[in-house]
Amino acid sequence: MPARILVAKPGLDGHDRGAKLVARALREAGFEVIYTGIRQRPEQIAAAAVQEDVDVIGLSILSGAHVALTRKTAEAVKAAGGNIAIVVGGTIPSNDIDKLHEAGAVGVFQTGTTLEELVAGVTAIVERNTVDSER
Amino acid sequence: MSADSATDVLLKSAAAGNSAAVARLITVAEVTPETLAARVWQSGRRAHVIGVTGSPGTGKSTLTSELIRSLRADDHRVAVLAVDPSSKRTGGAILGDRIRMGGHVLDGQVFIRSVATRGSAGGLSATVPLAVRTLEACGFTHVIIETVGVGQIEIDIATYADTVCVVVHPRWGDTIQANKAGIVEIADVFVVNKADLDGAQQAVADLGSALEYPPLPPDSWRPPIVETIATNGRGIDELRREIDHHRAYLGNDDGARLEQRRTQRTRDLLASLVAGRLDELRDEVTASAAFADQIAAIHSGVTDPWSSLRAVLGSITLDAPRN
Repeated sequence: MPARILVAKPGLDGHDRGAKLVARALREAGFEVIYTGIRQRPEQIAAAAVQEDVDVIGLSILSGAHVALTRKTAEAVKAAGGNIAIVVGGTIPSNDIDKLHEAGAVGVFQTGTTLEELVAGVTAIVERNTVDSER
Repeated sequence: MSADSATDVLLKSAAAGNSAAVARLITVAEVTPETLAARVWQSGRRAHVIGVTGSPGTGKSTLTSELIRSLRADDHRVAVLAVDPSSKRTGGAILGDRIRMGGHVLDGQVFIRSVATRGSAGGLSATVPLAVRTLEACGFTHVIIETVGVGQIEIDIATYADTVCVVVHPRWGDTIQANKAGIVEIADVFVVNKADLDGAQQAVADLGSALEYPPLPPDSWRPPIVETIATNGRGIDELRREIDHHRAYLGNDDGARLEQRRTQRTRDLLASLVAGRLDELRDEVTASAAFADQIAAIHSGVTDPWSSLRAVLGSITLDAPRN
């Protein structure tokens, strides 16, 4: 069964070109991509991800509020009864990467990441989780 | 924990309204259907299953969202299976129906699941029925199956419903296409969405005349034609009334028609499971060493294709699927 990923844009910025491009690249790589559109609240993203039983949530954030939005999404997923890996992409300064990991992201893709690198990174996270859950 | 009791725990939790448990059960239905089927068929709980199908861009998702709103106003518990095609080349899919249904995501009495067709005709025509029965067992009162009505498979999926709504666009010659594709025959309710566009009256008239001939038998359901503008909710109350009317019609005469419809669905499901297994068997047999030996024997003049057929068929054992 193909891996499933929910691609979402939390917060108020409405620029979804990047998110749509990522969605297409992941589909090309054989993922089932659930796209929920712009301006999603963390609780909405979490509820959709739980219902869709996805392996990964991909957050696209260009607003600068990435640390707070990632933390809120991670908390909302837990509250909704989910256990889902979160990755974050967008305009993220290097010195925020540790903060994002601490906030609950298992993968961070900064501006300049190629689509190939992104697909490889997400694939590796899915495979790692599959191995873990079979143990 | 045994698989049985794990399933029971999930079913109990799902029936109590836990969306995460419902979601896990749908995944189980997709991946290991045989571990779940007995439990959900035993439950005996049923919903009003509504199919929503039509060409891409007719507004099915927005319409579905409005239907959810109408059903929630009456406190029903609603589940949606939004089916979209997988890429035949990569197996991937972009599933975007949720964008139009975002208003319901935090409503704990609404469950929405995007389902990719995954390229396998036989697979999906069994997965969706099992997913529907699972949602019924979870206590949803209404299950909506939304599919793009482009191929036979999608049409077959939509007809796994008590009430099939066919959505057409006022332009694009949808009504003529609908006639060609045989979609007129499956409709219990026609919806001309985007009815504020030019051509809506013509579409209603076209559908009306399509229903004139061949004439419907007496006492049979005559599909109503409802005009809607899903983006502002116009016509949704009427659509809801017609959907409820149709369900009441099926329930008349002690539900004989409903029973007939469900029996047909069971028949279709079992037939598609048999067809899927026979496909697998064909692939296994034609890939086997014994099959290659028969080909060699035919070419060396030891036997002929018709004698080989007997030998090949004799070697098949009809065991259960090994998924």
